[in-house]
Amino acid sequence: MKEIRWHGRGGQGAKTASQLLADINLQEGKFVQSFPEYGPERSGAPIKAYNRVSDEKIRVHSGVYEPEVVAVVDPTLLSAANPTEGLSSDGILLVNTGKSAEEIKSETGFNGKVLAFNATEVAENAGSGYANVPVLGALVRVLGTDYELARAEVESALLKKLPEEVVEMNLAAFKAGYEAVNN
Amino acid sequence: MSNGNRQVLTGHQVVANAMRQVDPDVVAAYPITPQSEIVEYFSKFVADGKVDSEVITVESEHSAMSACVGSSAAGARTMTATASQGLALMLEIVYIAASMRAPIVMTVANRALSGPINIHCDHSDSMAARDSGVIQIYGEDAQEAYDFTLMAQRLAENEDVLLPVMVTLDGFTLTHTAQVAELLPDDTVTDFVGEYEPLYPLLDVDNPTTQGPFDMPDYYFEHKLQQVEAMNNVPEKFLEVQEEFSDLSDREYSGLFESYRLDDADYAIVLLGSTAGTAKVVVDELRDKGKKVGLLKPWMFRPFPAEEMKEALKEKEAVAVFDRSLSFGSSGPLYLEVSSALSHEDNKPRLYNYTYGLGGRDIAEGHIAEVFEDLENPDLESKMHYINART
Repeated sequence: MKEIRWHGRGGQGAKTASQLLADINLQEGKFVQSFPEYGPERSGAPIKAYNRVSDEKIRVHSGVYEPEVVAVVDPTLLSAANPTEGLSSDGILLVNTGKSAEEIKSETGFNGKVLAFNATEVAENAGSGYANVPVLGALVRVLGTDYELARAEVESALLKKLPEEVVEMNLAAFKAGYEAVNN
Repeated sequence: MSNGNRQVLTGHQVVANAMRQVDPDVVAAYPITPQSEIVEYFSKFVADGKVDSEVITVESEHSAMSACVGSSAAGARTMTATASQGLALMLEIVYIAASMRAPIVMTVANRALSGPINIHCDHSDSMAARDSGVIQIYGEDAQEAYDFTLMAQRLAENEDVLLPVMVTLDGFTLTHTAQVAELLPDDTVTDFVGEYEPLYPLLDVDNPTTQGPFDMPDYYFEHKLQQVEAMNNVPEKFLEVQEEFSDLSDREYSGLFESYRLDDADYAIVLLGSTAGTAKVVVDELRDKGKKVGLLKPWMFRPFPAEEMKEALKEKEAVAVFDRSLSFGSSGPLYLEVSSALSHEDNKPRLYNYTYGLGGRDIAEGHIAEVFEDLENPDLESKMHYINART
């Protein structure tokens, strides 16, 4: 079983991205959980969301304490939250940032694998404006998920709540995110 | 969102879908906090024309259950959902629903009671309703909440039962977590729940009945004994419904509680709800290390399966009963039941009470493993133990 933690701010779509990832993993035939950590629900407040992914039925219902992968949607949370908490040096830290992976390593003191790219810029270039989707694209690559399968799921999920042109922008951002990191 | 019959849904969505498939005549609810999203999703199904139910939105949970009682008395298949303070406010009328033998099915997203104000999971709300005459079934995950919501319909409406059924699922842990669940095809559910034929509908004006009247000392007692009798009929009927449901769903339900690696266990934990899943993982890990540990998870808390539970536990060395609610000045409600069930045994297991998870406090695998370790100690104190709390 793999455990993933998301860090974002209320309104940035970290929870939505977590749920999209669960949908994608389901399409791969996996068992999943996706849940946010609920505190006072305020736009802009730091939030966490979690995914569990497994080949077998997931029975555990506790919080996630030692994630294998951490995805940071908002760069300011590197200092405002503690995104490397519980992340072992075998783990992966995926960060939306304008800085380099080396800079993130020295800022956080994290010795494991850091994947850094500017998801905010990617989203702006694509016109969608939300960094959650390119970070999801990168995460899908990190997890070794089939790109076409993931893209199709993101498309069908977003089409249920967004107009087609906005979905197209998000899919462009998803692709750019996927291509921004190496597996 | 779906892979074959498997879908990723939150507990709320799963229960709302069960309600859609049951297609009740009436759903009465108070649609704001501390309500759950169940009624919100269900209302959307109604607005989208996917179900024909009449949704009555009322001004309080007290009124919600009152409307349910009226609707059920009229002869309508009636459902509702609530949580926390909402159930507390409903409670006066839940007693009346039970006494009027109204087969209302209600889901409860288990959440703490104020104060302090808290929106997270514990079992204080449904435990406050345990003496109301409602049947209580606790689910471990969204799948069980779905399955039991469907089974509850058949149980409630059984002529030997005719009681309200409360199906609970842990707030947030299950209600807000997207997880994999398998829904049955709509027509399978339609066939399973069948047409509702009320015995004494008020709207049957050719056969007028009096319902909910004043009852003097000369008959009140006997009417309560009829409720006792109805409750006594529940276990057998529940097992029958489980058997039928297992056949059509390919999911195994056979019992008033689930025993997990319990038969040859020396040490057992008894607990309700979602933490049972986490405990199963711990049981497997400890079994791999040669420890003889097991779990007993009651599905049904009312009526309480005392006799069956005594048989399952009496040979154990030690048993820890986990409660996710307090009864101030006494032990936890589940502990008291288990303790009472074992009270006449000569060589009963050492029995301990642990309180956990109040107001959404997390309980992880390590906490449960520690309790199994505690149980091996013959000198373990028999005071109340508190898990993951600053004492």
